Amino acid sequence: MRIALFITCFNDTLFPQTGQAVVRLLERLGHQVEFPLEQTCCGQMHFNSGYQREAVPLARRFVHIFAEYEAVISPSASCVGMVRDAYPRLADLAGDAALRADAEALAPRVWELSEFLIRKLGIEDVGASYPHRVTYHPTCHSLRVLHLGDMPLHLLRHVRGIDLVELPAAVECCGFGGTFAVKNADVSMAMLTDKVRHILDTGAEVCTSGDNSCLLHIGGALHRQRAGVRTVHLAEILAATEERPA
Amino acid sequence: MNIRLQPSVPFERAAPEALRNTQLRRNLARATSTIRAKRAQVAAELPDWQALRDAGARIKEESMRHLDRYLLQLEESVQRAGGTVHWARDAAEANRIIGDLVSARGVDEVIKVKSITSDEIGLNDALASRGIRAIETDLAELIIQLAGESSSHILVPAIHKNRAEIRDVFRGSMNLPDLSDEPAELAEAARLYLRRAFLRARIGISGANFAVAETGTVCVVESEGNGRMCLTLPRTLITLMGIEKVIPAWQDLEVLLQLLPRSSTGERMNPYTSLWTGVRAGDGPEEFHLVLLDNGRTNALADPAGRQALHCIRCSACLNVCPVYERVGGHAYGSVYPGPIGAIITPQLVGIEHASSLPYASSLCGACYEVCPVKINIPDVLVHLRGKAVRHHQDEDGIRGKVDPENAAMRLMAAIFAERKRYERAQRLAQIGQLPLARGAITRLPGPLAGWTAMRDLPAIPKQTFRQWWMRREQR
Repeated sequence: MRIALFITCFNDTLFPQTGQAVVRLLERLGHQVEFPLEQTCCGQMHFNSGYQREAVPLARRFVHIFAEYEAVISPSASCVGMVRDAYPRLADLAGDAALRADAEALAPRVWELSEFLIRKLGIEDVGASYPHRVTYHPTCHSLRVLHLGDMPLHLLRHVRGIDLVELPAAVECCGFGGTFAVKNADVSMAMLTDKVRHILDTGAEVCTSGDNSCLLHIGGALHRQRAGVRTVHLAEILAATEERPA
Repeated sequence: MNIRLQPSVPFERAAPEALRNTQLRRNLARATSTIRAKRAQVAAELPDWQALRDAGARIKEESMRHLDRYLLQLEESVQRAGGTVHWARDAAEANRIIGDLVSARGVDEVIKVKSITSDEIGLNDALASRGIRAIETDLAELIIQLAGESSSHILVPAIHKNRAEIRDVFRGSMNLPDLSDEPAELAEAARLYLRRAFLRARIGISGANFAVAETGTVCVVESEGNGRMCLTLPRTLITLMGIEKVIPAWQDLEVLLQLLPRSSTGERMNPYTSLWTGVRAGDGPEEFHLVLLDNGRTNALADPAGRQALHCIRCSACLNVCPVYERVGGHAYGSVYPGPIGAIITPQLVGIEHASSLPYASSLCGACYEVCPVKINIPDVLVHLRGKAVRHHQDEDGIRGKVDPENAAMRLMAAIFAERKRYERAQRLAQIGQLPLARGAITRLPGPLAGWTAMRDLPAIPKQTFRQWWMRREQR
């Protein structure tokens, strides 16, 4: 199976360790990973902020760059959601039937990491070890765009040594919402405050999630508060082993 | 504060003020979490809930697809049953029609129920200017009318008030200095106040939940029985309804009357469902007038991606589940239609350029879509309307749109992402450019990004991007 890593511009620039963890994890499971260097951004920020005309060329690039792969894997539910859910609508808006056809052909081969492991590879125990107290924040797009449900939790429950604690009001948005966090910063902060309170209530030392964008938001507040809780992407927990801890 | 359809202050300016109101925050959090839990429970107990939602969506789709036909059929059915139908293009026309009907009967007081559409057109003020007093009879509508406020919720207009605040309103306006905040005592006070109005009333004005084209039957769903009084006691009944409330057939009520109470109040069935077809001698009103209101709805209908907003049955489940609404309340949206559904209805009724901040009043978390009983994909429509707002700004706002810093930044980013070399150069620039800002973490950002660092640090950009790591690894 020819697997391509779709790192996302956000992780490429800000969270290289997450991409490295995905590569390490998949190689440990016996798969070869390619990284098409032409990839940049899927266009989600532009699309969701209303700059849809500007997102069209980025969607065209994306479907072209990844067309040849059997599986395109990404450590970001929201960027996968963009490709699978929004590209067809974007193509319609642009009146581009070829883009729509290409996007629909590619969509079933684009996977978020945890659904790829569980649905495509049929693995729940990836052989990870992570001896820490962890709580899991399910991101809105993982729940309500990709419908991943508790797949990431299934993966986490098999991790050796982990002390997994349930997050109260887990399905509530953390208030990130892309440009929402800046445009409506005050509302975003009110939502974030409640999310952080719930995280602190768990007594966890690590908050994990399938999307670094939400973790950047949550982690930014935890860091500012000197709360003593860190944020770690799910891929990094799954990549950690006794021999090579995170 | 008199809220109509079009916001006078952009959401991002109104919201911070609402957020500072700690009593409001507490009242809303309590009320929405209670109703959310009830809704979830009664939706979950129906094995065919998802199929019901699909059926509801299909009924509304069918109604909107052939709206022209169903409206004419409704007119014919209502007339056949002895009612009169009026067509109102906009708020002014509807206010004139209703005002004329009331004046012609020499009446200076009317009682009202289901008032949101009449709030949309500012009917009470229009009547007042003709010397006609309108008395709201929905308990919550009465509370806010007596308090001189505007509705903050589609279904529970006084959701922002707790019972102590309601007691204070009643004490002042009903001359009851010793009234307590016991719910039973508050209800009794309202009951006595309203009974007098019911017995005096010669004209009732209502909204409508549904109108059946096939039979000409109008339906109002409520909890208190005050609506039933309004609809049956006066000699003349005037119903104002948006044209999107028409449904094809009587049988469609089977679906919608299951979806609505479970989604709105979290009840299996609402206490009062009133259905009437024209007039009947010796039973109920002697005269029935149905005013069909457009007021921007046909504009929404013309937009294939936005028109699903017209499917709304005003259950308000999306408000109760929305993390933004829960924190800012309805008034921050500046429209009689607040919350997620309001953020997609209002801009379509008044034109995107008059409500361009509303589609951004959402983190796109999708909780609203999940609970919508007729499956309106609110996040998709929000994004669609953001696109319309941006394109309007870019294309119609002249130089202001062109030099807008956000627009410039977005276009620059799009150009950077369009080519690998530019993108990689920008990554290197970001690594270097952050140096004056970053000491371990970035704690203060300039300009429009300052909102981020108001309570969040930003990690410093790593020295090596993922792709740099990858290329180095491949060279080995």
